Amino acid sequence: MSALSQYIELFDSHRDTIEAKSAAILNEYRYDARQSLDGKTLPSKGTEGYEKTSVEDMFLPDFGVNINRVNIPVDVSLSFKCDVPNMSTIMAFVVNDSFVPSSTLHNKMPKGVIIDSLAKMAQENPELVRRYYNTLAHRDNAMVALNTMLVQDGVMIYVPQGVVMERPIQLVNIFNSAASLMGVRRLLIVVEEGAKAQVLVCDHTQNSEYNYLSSQVMEVFVAPNASLDIYDIEESSATTSRHSQLFARQERDSQLLVNGVTLTSGTTRNDYHIDLVGSNCSTTLAGMAIGSGTQHVDNNSSIRHLATHSNSNQLFKYVLDEESTGAFEGAIYVAEGAQFTEAYQSNRNLLASKQARMHTKPQLEIYNDDVKCSHGATTGQLDADALFYMRSRGIPEQEARTMLMQAFMVDVIDMVKMDGLRDRLRHLVEKRFYGQQATCADCGVTCRDAKKD
Amino acid sequence: MDKILLEVKNLRAGIEGKEILKGVNLTVRPGEVHAIMGPNGAGKSTLSSVLAGDPSFVVTEGEVSFHGVNLLELSPENRSHEGLFLSFQYPVEIPGVSMVNFMRAAINAKRKYFNQDPLSASEFLKLMRQKREVVELDNKLASRSVNEGFSGGEKKRNEIFQMAVLEPRLSILDETDSGLDIDALRIVAGGVNKLKTAENATIVITHYQRLLDYIKPDFVHVLYKGRIVRTGGPELALTLEERGYDWIKQEIDNK
Repeated sequence: MSALSQYIELFDSHRDTIEAKSAAILNEYRYDARQSLDGKTLPSKGTEGYEKTSVEDMFLPDFGVNINRVNIPVDVSLSFKCDVPNMSTIMAFVVNDSFVPSSTLHNKMPKGVIIDSLAKMAQENPELVRRYYNTLAHRDNAMVALNTMLVQDGVMIYVPQGVVMERPIQLVNIFNSAASLMGVRRLLIVVEEGAKAQVLVCDHTQNSEYNYLSSQVMEVFVAPNASLDIYDIEESSATTSRHSQLFARQERDSQLLVNGVTLTSGTTRNDYHIDLVGSNCSTTLAGMAIGSGTQHVDNNSSIRHLATHSNSNQLFKYVLDEESTGAFEGAIYVAEGAQFTEAYQSNRNLLASKQARMHTKPQLEIYNDDVKCSHGATTGQLDADALFYMRSRGIPEQEARTMLMQAFMVDVIDMVKMDGLRDRLRHLVEKRFYGQQATCADCGVTCRDAKKD
Repeated sequence: MDKILLEVKNLRAGIEGKEILKGVNLTVRPGEVHAIMGPNGAGKSTLSSVLAGDPSFVVTEGEVSFHGVNLLELSPENRSHEGLFLSFQYPVEIPGVSMVNFMRAAINAKRKYFNQDPLSASEFLKLMRQKREVVELDNKLASRSVNEGFSGGEKKRNEIFQMAVLEPRLSILDETDSGLDIDALRIVAGGVNKLKTAENATIVITHYQRLLDYIKPDFVHVLYKGRIVRTGGPELALTLEERGYDWIKQEIDNK
């Protein structure tokens, strides 16, 4: 049985339950998604765009799906020990694939801002959800269709026109189950004209005895003159895989930053599709991956410049140790009418062991003359001269290697605009390289929000 | 004085199968300054790299005893802990590693080697402040990445600053004068002289006599074709300055 067919079978035999425990708007797209999957398979290794990653294998294990919405009790204050220090965030949780508000969530909300369950919003404010839901994700993509067919809840973040959010929004995704589980996650972010928001998403796995798969689809709308920063930090477990697809649409004069950090995971595949449909947009897409063991991290980006005078900048860096493997494929597309585009892409990788492997494939597709574009990819080893220099000053080899690996990530960390998060990330990366599980347990910082909850 | 700090016996070493040092002998006692001079390609930098433990070189024969310890058996980091310091001809830029973290790691690794607790933050900062004065190193360089964007003079001053912090028993200065203007040369040499005691020793590797006007050697050695072919007092350096290396080359090649 193929990976896909087991989920199709699940849908066909339990469609009533799935729909009963969800919302009308989410149900509207379900059947079409189901039909579109007929005769399809999930990409296996070697398929174009999936040279080194088998999505088929990621979805193949017999994961359970919580279609009956059984409440899996999780003590969120226990599972999530650390807030971002020196920063007060507006926090909400997603336990497996159910939205769980923190007790203080609604008190802190600026007027008109929504951070809530997608299913609940689909019932309470159907016009709003219908305007955006499933309009950006590529419906002909099998993983999107699979997600749309099975999704029952998700998160909606809505920032109305002109609202500048001072506090960052923090979403904590937690896996915890008593059986292997697939979380069908969906995130809808809308930042209206002139509004400004920062969103921090962290992935955690609490009970790593079981295998988990996150099937995630994010749809992101950035209206004219709006600004949105998304930081997405994956810090799960070797038993957790993640298949995440982000679809973003930027209108004129908008600004979008996406910084995806993979610290610990089993297999990770992140897709970023960003369309710059208006002029004067600015896009920064950054990512880092730290691999060890048999971890596999694949980032795939596609930035499409569809209007004039926009700029995009991509930087992805990997440090791969032991037998870990990485892949990066990035495409910049500049349409015929998109004159005065500036688009840059850089992928730099460090292989810290003889067994580690990196596959990189940068692509440029340009259909007009008036552009500045560049791309570059390098894969190398630790600088032997720097290593000897450090050792000659008495720094032990292992520590010197760790310091150099950490130093390699500095420019991605520096792309984080929130001071508190930048410090936190520096700390997490340091701990990760020193071989400690990068959890928050012993960071020694008092976490205000987590304690209140 | 009979105490020997460094004893190199018949040292042979090379890189990628090519022998460069072909039997070097050298004895250094505490309190001494030795200059090693020689034409380009004689093996001067190889000698300093091999003594510091650069893993790209392979030692094929010989012994090196450092205050009674078999130096060749030690890792580069342990050679440093035991008191060997190499001032690099080309100090390496390490983007992303701050000078502060670099020095803290170096100091605390040495303290750990001798079973001492790490320095507290205030002790560490105080030490940095004191040692910076030795070579008039600007405070703002301390907050930058190691050697990144430093001028040639700043890089060499940074080397002597590190030497001041680590307080080595034997310092090897590899072409420390290269790329320095006269003011920087004076500051760097002044720093080296301030750090000189009766207990430590210095090996100055240089192509030109110029540096030896500032750092006075007790012995001058000429390295040629991987061997020390002549040893004399400070006057040998002056002779070389006047006559060049050709007469020595001829003497040796005609033997």
